[in-house]
Amino acid sequence: MNHPEFCERGLAVRVALFITCVNDTLFPGTGRAVVSLLRRLGCEVEFPAAQTCCGQMHVNTGYQAEGVKLARHFGEVFAGYDAVVAPSGSCASMVREQYPRLARAAGVTLTVPKVYDLSEFLVDVLEVTDVGAYFPHRVTYHPTCHSLRGLRVGDKPTKLLEQVRGLELVPLPAADECCGFGGTFAVKNPAISSAMCADKVRNVMDTGAEVLCAADNSCLMHIGGTLKRQRTGVRVMHLAEILARTEADK
Amino acid sequence: MSRTFVGMPAFPRNATRAVQNSQLRYNLRKATHTIRGKRAAVVGELPDWAELRAAGKAIKDHTLRNLDTYLLQLEEAVTRAGGHVHWAADAAEANRIVTDLVRATGETSVVKVKSMATQEIGLNEHLAARGITAYETDLAELIVQLGDDLPSHILVPAIHRNRAEIREIFLSKMAEWGRPAPERLTDEPRALAEAARLHLRERFLSTKVAISGANFMIAETGTLVVLESEGNGRMCLTLPETLISVVGIEKLLPTWRDLEVFLQLLPRSSTGERMNPYTSMWTGAVDGQEFHLVLLDNGRTRVLADEVGRQALRCIRCSACLNVCPVYERAGGHAYGSVYPGPIGAILTPQLRGLGSELDRSLPYASSLCGACFDACPVAIDIPEVLVHLRAKARHARAERAGMRAAGWVFDRPERLARAQRLGSRFRRLVPRRLPGPLAAWTDTRDLPDIPATSFRDWWDKTDGGRR
Repeated sequence: MNHPEFCERGLAVRVALFITCVNDTLFPGTGRAVVSLLRRLGCEVEFPAAQTCCGQMHVNTGYQAEGVKLARHFGEVFAGYDAVVAPSGSCASMVREQYPRLARAAGVTLTVPKVYDLSEFLVDVLEVTDVGAYFPHRVTYHPTCHSLRGLRVGDKPTKLLEQVRGLELVPLPAADECCGFGGTFAVKNPAISSAMCADKVRNVMDTGAEVLCAADNSCLMHIGGTLKRQRTGVRVMHLAEILARTEADK
Repeated sequence: MSRTFVGMPAFPRNATRAVQNSQLRYNLRKATHTIRGKRAAVVGELPDWAELRAAGKAIKDHTLRNLDTYLLQLEEAVTRAGGHVHWAADAAEANRIVTDLVRATGETSVVKVKSMATQEIGLNEHLAARGITAYETDLAELIVQLGDDLPSHILVPAIHRNRAEIREIFLSKMAEWGRPAPERLTDEPRALAEAARLHLRERFLSTKVAISGANFMIAETGTLVVLESEGNGRMCLTLPETLISVVGIEKLLPTWRDLEVFLQLLPRSSTGERMNPYTSMWTGAVDGQEFHLVLLDNGRTRVLADEVGRQALRCIRCSACLNVCPVYERAGGHAYGSVYPGPIGAILTPQLRGLGSELDRSLPYASSLCGACFDACPVAIDIPEVLVHLRAKARHARAERAGMRAAGWVFDRPERLARAQRLGSRFRRLVPRRLPGPLAAWTDTRDLPDIPATSFRDWWDKTDGGRR
């Protein structure tokens, strides 16, 4: 399934937005950015209002029964869509990579809807890297573990950023190292989590960037919370929020 | 070695102390990053690493599925070649067998080749309590033994020590165990190695019993294989009159052809070398030497019965997962309270020992699930998958259970989630900068994000998805 096929059939690309509970509750601006970006690229965006949470927090903290319940609900909500787009590599990887394992471990059958991380959907399905964005700032990119080693999105996010007009992309040293968030790991092992983030923050500072970008607000909440606590002045932005910016937003 | 891991507190407490130890942090960072780089280079140069890894996984899976058959084949081959095979169901039985074998020789000292299995069962301590001294001959194990310390890494057990500390240990402790260190010992690696060499040489030449483990056992011929770097293993495996090898039952490979795959996978993954300096192989007993093989279960068959957890038995103890793990790098090996630290320890220890203690229950949580370990593992053990699997088996604290249940109840219906979000938005100005109770773990080092005035779903509702 890709964009040209849709065009041949004379249809607009119909996308279901899986906002994720974290974005829905804490970062609605990211959701609005995804909607405006996808519409600009000719997609018809739907928001299935029955969605809640993919169950990652429960499953990864050891609450399998609750996780299975949420995974079942997720399957019901998104089963009918050709493409589901999530502005979170971690939640997309939860569905695509972990639902099959969860089903095996719990001995249940689970529907695994076709969920894409935003950068995968843009680059692989819509086949665009230049989304017409404008963002005249010095930016560094943290690839996040589940995008990198779960979904294996590779350099798709940076390919998108490289095409943003005005944007100066600075490579982040030791980019592939975890920031130490890890969901409930951040509060269950706060000393190690903070020690990991200290190194991530040092690497971010070394780039001299104004903005740290990632495709996951959970990791950004962690690194951003530390950047803010340390009064570094570096701000964090989700990939969607940068890609949604155009000259008109100045 | 009188210190043990028994009775250690849970991982988060151990780790909290470890992260504040600047010397430890520096030593670990330097050592893990060095090995990490070496491994990446020698793995990266092989065009067929992915195929080798897949082959290693497939061979181990096949062997584990047919372990009963291959173990009997091995026993028969070892016996045919003049060796004696003993079966040990647990640590106590293995220790008893080894002690009896040593006593039968009339000796009161043994030399040891570095072995994880004998550390797992606490053999040195068991022997010491019965008047038998076990001398470690691997350089790093010697450092740990002289320093009355505990190992903190599978491959490099003294990784937490730097050369200045090692010099101190040699100067103050070597004399108690045998030949003293030279008076004007420097902390040059060459000088330290020379001191150890002289100290150990006398031991090799005078000791009549050796105890080893094995990296691999080949079922078709009954051959045991030890890979090492220092030559101490070769000394122990050839010089003494009696050789006793304690080996976990999962160390089996069906044929020599299978070994070929692992002789590539192991050195590149562990020391970051194309080939290790010494590979010793022996089949049964040679003339004038007695050979005993103690096959150790100690929880392994129980692990084998767990469909998800059993992949941990593919482990070849290379330590690649430790060297890439951001948690291990900052917590160090002792925090894991086991001879198996790091990511593999976090899934192996709670499976071998069970989830009974607070420490063992905390180990599956000693990971951010970043997945670096899985990528580095030469036999493709999906460590994050097993961690999550074990988390589901562990008993959870009551307060956490209540919180997770409440969250599950909210997420169960979209209207409940919407109500919770509106409640949060209404009182967003009242959220303190520092949270109370266990949530303080977040706000101790990190600011909280601002709670928005409107959730995404309410925005979508009110604006018809931004169209109004």
